[in-house]
Amino acid sequence: MIEIFGVPLQALLGQLLLGLINGSFYAVLSLGLAIIFGLLNNINFAHGAQYMMGAFAAWMLLNYAGLGFWWALILAPLIVGLFGIILERVLISRLYRLDHLYGFLLTFGLALIIQGILQSKYGVSGLAYAIPAELTGGQRLPFMFLPNYRVFVIVASLVLCLSVWLVIEKTMLGAYLRAATENPALVAAFGVNVPLLLTLTYGGGVALAAFAGVLAAPIYSVNPNMGADVIIVVFAVVVIGGMGSILGSVVTGYALGLVEGLTKVYYPQGSATVIYVIMALVLLIKPAGLFGRTN
Amino acid sequence: MSGASTTDAVTDAALARETKSDRTLHALIFAGLAIAVAIAPFLLYPVLVMKILCFALFALAFNLLLGYGGLLSFGHAAFFGMAGYVCAYAAKVWGLTPELAILCGTAVSALLGFVLGSLAIRRQGIYFAMITLALAQMIYFISLQAKFTGGEDGIQGVPRGKLFGLVDLSSDLALYAVTAVIFFAGFLAIYRIIHSPFGQVLRAIRDNEPRMISLGYRVGRYKLIVFVLSATIAGLAGSTKALVFQLASLTDVHWTMSGEVVLVTLVGGMGTVFGPVAGAAVIVAMETYLAQFGASVMIMQGSVFVVCVMLFREGIVGRLARLFRVSL
Repeated sequence: MIEIFGVPLQALLGQLLLGLINGSFYAVLSLGLAIIFGLLNNINFAHGAQYMMGAFAAWMLLNYAGLGFWWALILAPLIVGLFGIILERVLISRLYRLDHLYGFLLTFGLALIIQGILQSKYGVSGLAYAIPAELTGGQRLPFMFLPNYRVFVIVASLVLCLSVWLVIEKTMLGAYLRAATENPALVAAFGVNVPLLLTLTYGGGVALAAFAGVLAAPIYSVNPNMGADVIIVVFAVVVIGGMGSILGSVVTGYALGLVEGLTKVYYPQGSATVIYVIMALVLLIKPAGLFGRTN
Repeated sequence: MSGASTTDAVTDAALARETKSDRTLHALIFAGLAIAVAIAPFLLYPVLVMKILCFALFALAFNLLLGYGGLLSFGHAAFFGMAGYVCAYAAKVWGLTPELAILCGTAVSALLGFVLGSLAIRRQGIYFAMITLALAQMIYFISLQAKFTGGEDGIQGVPRGKLFGLVDLSSDLALYAVTAVIFFAGFLAIYRIIHSPFGQVLRAIRDNEPRMISLGYRVGRYKLIVFVLSATIAGLAGSTKALVFQLASLTDVHWTMSGEVVLVTLVGGMGTVFGPVAGAAVIVAMETYLAQFGASVMIMQGSVFVVCVMLFREGIVGRLARLFRVSL
């Protein structure tokens, strides 16, 4: 059997694949976080809770409405995105003229409420969500077993990140978005409905998180804690990458997932902390983040 | 976010210039607080009051950083919890007397504050909050894995020991007296810091950082010092709490604890002298009361957050200060 630095190739590739999966979720979540931050200037602490809501929406659609994974992949982001739009209209939009820390605290409170409600209703042990029938099984490659669903998650998240990037960089809507990020007052003066743009952006970012949640449901169990666990890692990812560039946050997400996977192989005790250690190093060397702009 | 990280509530409370009569009022409130703390253990369960005092001191330390330094730390549980672990370990395994154990916990917290603070002050505004949260999460995982913390079990059955090797603290009232003294010592230290020239510079940095840089102040140094001071006093509170409950556990290093101290300060009034104490009393009482009915603490805390941020940003003491046109 081939070994790399004393680790069987099979184990190494298995962990790298897992790392890439985690990285997909980091990438999609930090992408949503960066888009919301870019326009709203607000760190959405409820992002993790909304990711968790996506997973729960998928579970509920299956168990209460009999709608399977593919329906959930479309419906859950719409439902949770709509929920986000309502939140933005009713609560978050009232805080734009205040210090950003209030938006941070508000969304933190919302995350606690969402997590608390689902915890008291469904407990903390987690609910199982089966892999869709079309994607069960896997490919037996000469050096490893490749589960189909995991490949699907990586491809789906890559396609998603790429299409979001295309929308923002290459379409008229994206041009409005970028312009409003630079100078909202000027964009409003040109007759663009900036408040509507903010609302849609928040809804879109939330829908991205929910989409990631649906993808995550069959891999991790559907658990009220899943959002809180991941959001703090994503914050570290965002600090490392810097939120200035869309592609930057995506690349950082995947890369850090891989690094985490590698650490699991070579130094398992460090796998929970490695991302934070990297964050500390980046702060020492390049405080603005790898892709960040200092302003 | 620019360096001018003022908030309407914070500015209202702080910009109201303190007069001599305000100082007299503060002295009177301190005296009233001392009397209240002295009679409280005879009216209420002493351990509950000690819990309030520990949380109040923790929130006072946090408020020193947020209310006067303008720095929102979302990772203060790291100091509170880690100090608790060190204090508990020193008292239980090394068999140190309580005052030395508390000193150990506080010193480690100060050191940790220096390390984490040096990293966190490299970014500003909302990034600062995210960085402190992430660093605290790292401390949480270290606490979970390290041998000396006892992992999931924590350090249980911590002996309260004998103060200076003389006074037995196993009775609640004796420990209560010690806790009260620590609380007032910490509180007065913070009061002194706020009203020192250092505190003036700190507030100026909070209100207009670029201006202070242009005036030649080493802004980073001031931020680091206040961060370390805040971490030290938070560690003092955490160490004391470990002795009171004879337990150091993961709860105290978890992000929910960081959130709780933000909540306590928000409810009491950010940037007010007495707000954190009022906030601690309200939040601890509310949680103790609601726990009887098995209500979810998380939903309760989240709702208080949302209500406070939307409708009550100045907090209890901030509102009172505005009502009576005084600086509290």
